[in-house]
Amino acid sequence: MAVLAHAEAGEIAARLRALALPAHQDLRAPENGLVMLRGRVGGDGAPFNLGEATVSRAAVRLASGEVGFGYTLGRDGEKARLIALCDALVQSSDFSGAVERDIIAPLRVQLMVRRKQAAAETAATKVDFYTMVRGEG
Amino acid sequence: MYVAVKGGERAIENAHRLLASARRGDQSVPEISLDQISEQLGLAVDRVMSEGSLYDRELAALAIKQARGDLIEAIFLIRAFRATLPRFGASEPVETGAMRVQRRVSSTFKDIPGGQILGPTFDYTHRLLDPSLAEGFVPEAPATAEASTVPTPRVTDILGRDGLIEPSPQAEEGASVGDLTREPLNFPADRDLRLQNLARGDEGFLLAMGYSTQRGYGRNHPFAGEIRFGEVEVEFSAEDVGFAVPLGSIELTECQMVNQFKGSATEAPCFTRGYGLAFGQSERKTMSMALVDRALRARELGEEALAPAQDEEFVMSHSDNVQATGFVEHLKLPHYVDFQSELGLLRKLRKEFADANAPDAMKEAAE
Repeated sequence: MAVLAHAEAGEIAARLRALALPAHQDLRAPENGLVMLRGRVGGDGAPFNLGEATVSRAAVRLASGEVGFGYTLGRDGEKARLIALCDALVQSSDFSGAVERDIIAPLRVQLMVRRKQAAAETAATKVDFYTMVRGEG
Repeated sequence: MYVAVKGGERAIENAHRLLASARRGDQSVPEISLDQISEQLGLAVDRVMSEGSLYDRELAALAIKQARGDLIEAIFLIRAFRATLPRFGASEPVETGAMRVQRRVSSTFKDIPGGQILGPTFDYTHRLLDPSLAEGFVPEAPATAEASTVPTPRVTDILGRDGLIEPSPQAEEGASVGDLTREPLNFPADRDLRLQNLARGDEGFLLAMGYSTQRGYGRNHPFAGEIRFGEVEVEFSAEDVGFAVPLGSIELTECQMVNQFKGSATEAPCFTRGYGLAFGQSERKTMSMALVDRALRARELGEEALAPAQDEEFVMSHSDNVQATGFVEHLKLPHYVDFQSELGLLRKLRKEFADANAPDAMKEAAE
């Protein structure tokens, strides 16, 4: 589900359209709220409240009974609903394979490509130290 | 006596209309978009998110646009907005050791595992204005290199292995995390509340306070053990789901200051630490925060606390720029009645003064 939280709503929706979706309904309509983000003293100590973030959430139930939850940073309630729908689908033996193969796997590849590019750009700014030799070389 | 004065509605309405027009400026110039603000004024967005205490790039960009680039006004708008939403809960503490670093430097060790990574920085630029940026600038594609798979542990973790630096304080079992947005502030305040206060505190104020410690007002001999900026994952234990769900990632800057020793007859001397953490790429902010966090630990570390930066009531009561600007700027609102009473008092005092200091000749004549 982490992959979906990193994707755009449009990308998830486009891939879901390729699936013959079963009947489903909103168990909890998309809503916006806040989550208090926590850090740790010194990075590894006791927690403290750093500041809040906007978060959207939703819940979807398939006609066959599976319930999925969707949570994501930001105010895009539709994205939370799409994540909830995917979460419900992966619990259904009829759809879990297709969701993994057609939605999550390609989005994971996209995410990895983006991260790899960013990591390569960052790596080019790594300092190589060399020692200056004083006096006669 | 309080006398309500009515009037000015039309003037206020027209002033706001004029503001909207002044905000837009010359309409033959294209309007700025939120994407442009978010992408091209990214560090302003980071500051508004940090001090507005709300991570949402799009809202921060809107606030900056609405505030005409006045960042404290933008922070005020964000604080007001956050009060309109319900809180679902608190995240799991973020794991900054697992950050996907975009920048990571240490001024204490040259050779740190994972290396010194400069990332997108103003450091080592010449601070000369660049006329080529004025229009139509297309940057070169960033250089790339093979990314290392070596982990980038925190420098303080490396020092900690040999006991050379004090360990971070751990939470007591079942202890709640202080939240100054929910409970009024009382002094002395614990470190969790102090760090929350500093994290949303004004960058300029913290910079001045941190700088004052370097100049000798509560000196604590700091080294920038490590500064890192990058993405961390956020997880939230949702009650309805029953386990921690991933929410996505946020960008954070973390600063670990390494400061001079403490020790006692029973404890070997070791370095002490100050900590800074903020949303986005906020290096000056987190460095200042770490200096002030360390200064505020004076009492705990048995140091003399005589300087302003070591006085938690002083620092925490004046760090919030929304509170500060509210009180300073309220002076421009009508105080006509207050002022009339001051004026009446002043006239009375001046008359008494004039009577007491009348020339003796006049007094004699009067007698």
